Amino acid sequence: MILVTLSLTQESEWGRSKMTEKDYMNIPKEKFKLANRTDSHDKKFDTKVIGYFADAWIRFKKNKSSVVAAAIILILVIYSIIGPYFCNQDYIKSYATDNIIMRYQYLTPKLSFMEGTGIWDGTKVIEVSQNRYYRLLAQQEETGNKVIVEIVDKFVREDIFRGPQTIYKVRIDNYAALKAFLLTLTVEQYNELQDWQIETGIQVIMPVTNVNVIGGDHNIWYQCDEKGNPVFDSKGDFINAYATTGIDDYYSTRYESDPYNVGNKELAFRYAQRTGVSGNYNYVVRVNAYKYFQYRYGFEPSFIFGTDTNGYDIFTRLASGARFSFILAILVSAVNLTIGTIYGAIAGYYGGTIDIVMERITDILSGIPFMVVTVLFQLHLSGKVGAIPSLIYAFVLTGWIGMSSRVRMQFYRFKNQEYVLAARTLGATDWSIMFKHIFPNSLGTIITGSILVIPGVIFSETSLTYLGIINLDSPTMSSIGSMLANGQSVMSSYPHIMLYPALFIALLEISFNLFGNGLRDAFNPSLRGTED
Amino acid sequence: MYLFKYILKRIALMLMTFLVIITLCFVFIKLLPNIPAEQFGKDMALIMQRRELLGYNLPIIQQYYRFWKYAIQGYFGTSEVLYIGQDVWKVFVSKLPFTVALNVYSIILSIPLGLVLGIIAALKKNTWIDHLISTSVMVVVSVPSFVYAFLVQYILYFKLGWASATMDATQGAFSWIGFKSMVPAILSMSFGTIAGFARYTRAELTEVLTSEFMLLARTKGLTKAQATVRHAMRNAMVPIFPMILGEFIAIMSGSLIIEQMFSIPGVGKLYVNSIQASPPDYNFFMLLSAFYTLIGLAAGIVIDISYSIIDPRIRMGAK
Repeated sequence: MILVTLSLTQESEWGRSKMTEKDYMNIPKEKFKLANRTDSHDKKFDTKVIGYFADAWIRFKKNKSSVVAAAIILILVIYSIIGPYFCNQDYIKSYATDNIIMRYQYLTPKLSFMEGTGIWDGTKVIEVSQNRYYRLLAQQEETGNKVIVEIVDKFVREDIFRGPQTIYKVRIDNYAALKAFLLTLTVEQYNELQDWQIETGIQVIMPVTNVNVIGGDHNIWYQCDEKGNPVFDSKGDFINAYATTGIDDYYSTRYESDPYNVGNKELAFRYAQRTGVSGNYNYVVRVNAYKYFQYRYGFEPSFIFGTDTNGYDIFTRLASGARFSFILAILVSAVNLTIGTIYGAIAGYYGGTIDIVMERITDILSGIPFMVVTVLFQLHLSGKVGAIPSLIYAFVLTGWIGMSSRVRMQFYRFKNQEYVLAARTLGATDWSIMFKHIFPNSLGTIITGSILVIPGVIFSETSLTYLGIINLDSPTMSSIGSMLANGQSVMSSYPHIMLYPALFIALLEISFNLFGNGLRDAFNPSLRGTED
Repeated sequence: MYLFKYILKRIALMLMTFLVIITLCFVFIKLLPNIPAEQFGKDMALIMQRRELLGYNLPIIQQYYRFWKYAIQGYFGTSEVLYIGQDVWKVFVSKLPFTVALNVYSIILSIPLGLVLGIIAALKKNTWIDHLISTSVMVVVSVPSFVYAFLVQYILYFKLGWASATMDATQGAFSWIGFKSMVPAILSMSFGTIAGFARYTRAELTEVLTSEFMLLARTKGLTKAQATVRHAMRNAMVPIFPMILGEFIAIMSGSLIIEQMFSIPGVGKLYVNSIQASPPDYNFFMLLSAFYTLIGLAAGIVIDISYSIIDPRIRMGAK
């Protein structure tokens, strides 16, 4: 700044005594001269200027737990966005149209490189009766997959009604133990499957059996009594009970043990049952679930987080549920930020009657239980605009109150400070004082507040979907709450269905709270230097 | 005198807020299409006649007047879906003991435990005990209650077999069997409260312990224990005590999720059921919404007033 002064003392005719008011008004321009031109500068700062955000960043970095939490949040967000693309899309896309996926329910988590370790390899230790043990053994023999990984224990248990029972404690591979099922195929589908079998050498279709199906179990391919207990031959092997046929009118790849291969066509196994009328045949075939999966979806079944009660892949479902939660929370947070800031700014800046009236309105709104709001919105609006928008409305209706009261407090704090007075004296409008002068000062609080809204929204959304008050579950969409509810009924036998969503939400909430607390401390300049 | 006026003012404001909320709620419910779907085996003429007699076809203003007229006498309508033909108030009262029992047990467990943990953490500040307590408190406060409800249910019931998975309500709410079968629910419900109290107590007590009158107390010869109990605790209790009171008011409100998970036939479960029924049971919904609103408002007002009574320095709403 260049100082301009009137040097009165040097010019004697302009002495104080002679001056009149009129003289002051008409001082000629030449009488003015620059004073102290050379040494009127402030001392330059030696240190580097640290802005508000840079300062907050420095303090945030010092808080190690918040940094870790922020990293975890980032990982969870990345997972929710790109997680599903690492999985086979054919399987995910078939949810809506394909009822075959129900055959692949309750699969336990499996990581392919963990195979054989006993943890996370799709195996599970169960206690089975002798009958069931033989069935598993027979399945292993027929399919060639290793169903029983190891026999942990074998003991006799006394049963009140049936006497002593032999119990096998075995570790089974859930994927290999997938049950065979019947499938009705058109001629084209059948031929296609046969071509694939020849091409790859994988035997999907298993011979049809003569045995009466016991309890819906299509795995029994051996001679047995009416309870499914096998009849063994002299060597202790299973005796097959495959249906045989003469010359069939379809072709099929055949088992090695098929008598057809040694030329005994009369005793050849039958691989399909033909149904329907002439010219419009269907083939009913018994397929190996594991290998059929390979044919249908192009990869061996292996799910990192397992599958749920509907056969949906938990990894991708969780990612899509999480993505929905994140989007919802960020949207709600943004809307709350806007409404809350404007409302709180007006209430805090103007004060007085306006403030009292506005406070009354927020009092009434905050008195309504959130559940009531949500339910009323669902009942009124979900038919017209859909469940998700009405959920957002419910969150927005009362959600902004916290933000507005926070902003209001900040405005009360700052509105009587000198710089505001200065701005007002210079003729700044109310609006520009509010949002150009006071608002940037309360930015830290507002950012922290809107970050801390996110875990709250996710928690509420999860609770509502868990209770089933809002149902967002469909083949293409999911939410963490409904995944938890889905797993609850089978918690005792398949805890993994609940484990991953529960773990996810727990991790998310902890990280967000730590992150939010770190942010709050970082934006609080009064804590500067206290950690050192 | 000032306090009396203040309390009166607060209660009047609360009633006003309550009235507005109830009116809004009533109008929104009445605006919904509430005609039962036609179905084989249903006598629609009879249903319509009943609705006519119950006044469902009157203008909303008249229905609203009738609502208050009967509500003052303790009649909130009959159930239409869940308990067909039963007085909703009576059903509600029969459910209340279960919720109260759950909450009372939970409070008995959690308040002393929370206070003690908080005090220990404050006294042993920045030692490993404090870090342990603070970290676990942070985790428990953050994690949603249903996550550790799952854990409790899975570990206590499925893995160890010590407790039952759901509540056995046959013997009533306050029976021994009722208590025993409620243990997992009580535990799941208490975690959050314990953590909340521990965190709050620690924060308050650490602040008081560093204040100057504590130094004075030590200087005049009190032992650390004496000074803590007589001076620090009393001052720290000023903000904590209203919290405890608020907790007691909320005794009746229950937890929707915990009651749902552990099949406790309380108010929360009734509320969820009334919403999930198709069509929703509007009379239950109305009554329970009013109930929850009132509980929430009452808890807030009790906390504010108790602040002013305990600590004369604090006068909420004072100019």
